[in-house]
Amino acid sequence: MKARVTVLPKPSVLDPQGVATADAMKHLGWDQAGRVRVGKIIEIDLPGGRPDEEKLHAICRDLLSNPVIEDYTFDIAE
Amino acid sequence: MKFAVLRFPGSNCDQDCLRTLRDNFGQAADPVWHKETSVTGYDVIIIPGGFSYGDYLRCGAFARYSPVMAAVREAAGRGTPVLGICNGFQILCEAGMLPGALVRNRGLHFICRHVHLRLGLTASPFTSSGTVGQVLRIPIAHGEGCYFAAPDTLDQLEGDGRIAFRYCTPDGEVSAEANPNGSLANIAGILNKRGNVLGLMPHPERACEQRLGSTDGRLVFDSIIQSALSAVK
Repeated sequence: MKARVTVLPKPSVLDPQGVATADAMKHLGWDQAGRVRVGKIIEIDLPGGRPDEEKLHAICRDLLSNPVIEDYTFDIAE
Repeated sequence: MKFAVLRFPGSNCDQDCLRTLRDNFGQAADPVWHKETSVTGYDVIIIPGGFSYGDYLRCGAFARYSPVMAAVREAAGRGTPVLGICNGFQILCEAGMLPGALVRNRGLHFICRHVHLRLGLTASPFTSSGTVGQVLRIPIAHGEGCYFAAPDTLDQLEGDGRIAFRYCTPDGEVSAEANPNGSLANIAGILNKRGNVLGLMPHPERACEQRLGSTDGRLVFDSIIQSALSAVK
């Protein structure tokens, strides 16, 4: 079982990496992209099985993301 | 008077701080390893620049949980001045001891050069020997120095007069052109509510000797030393 935590810059935060990536895609001739945001995915093995979701939320809030600048979501899968 | 200069794995401006405190200001200064659980006996705490924990996850994200940070938080609660420079500023924001966060520079580049700063306040132990509006020339060296905070936090900082330094032109004009990294409101340094915790991206410890190109950073250390001396009297 794994938890997959996705962390993205909040929409209100300037994301220069996202802007540069959008520009690069346009330069390559792909014009489908609107706004692009670059974040990170943190994959966590869960050898003990399904985690306490409240505790995982706390870890996401306190360590894996900074709520001032980032939003997170997670999903847990086999 | 005794200074503590914290040292995390990856700190790299700790020696600069120790050297300038000892050699330029004749102060007693000790390195304090991040595993220490006490900062008792120190009058001022400096969190230096560098790349604590390799900047993994986010700048300062791990350092805030180092044992020494609990002691720093306690000392700040008692009124001990705490100065966070560059990575130290990032750590203080991550720790919630200062509001907001530092994110990737707008231009994506790591910037290492002298910039001009406008002094915004003198009612703090870090700036008391200056004058409001004074322009300082101090180097920056960072990739994640773009200050961000929610609009209500920014309003509060402005309203409380807690913006200590803003990027400006050599003439002291706070303008978009003078902003090296995209920081909101050109913010280069802020104070906490109580006024005893300062975080700033520029490196005053690198601007205390003429041969380094500027002595304007002396203002910060002169202020701290004078404030501490007058507090003793």
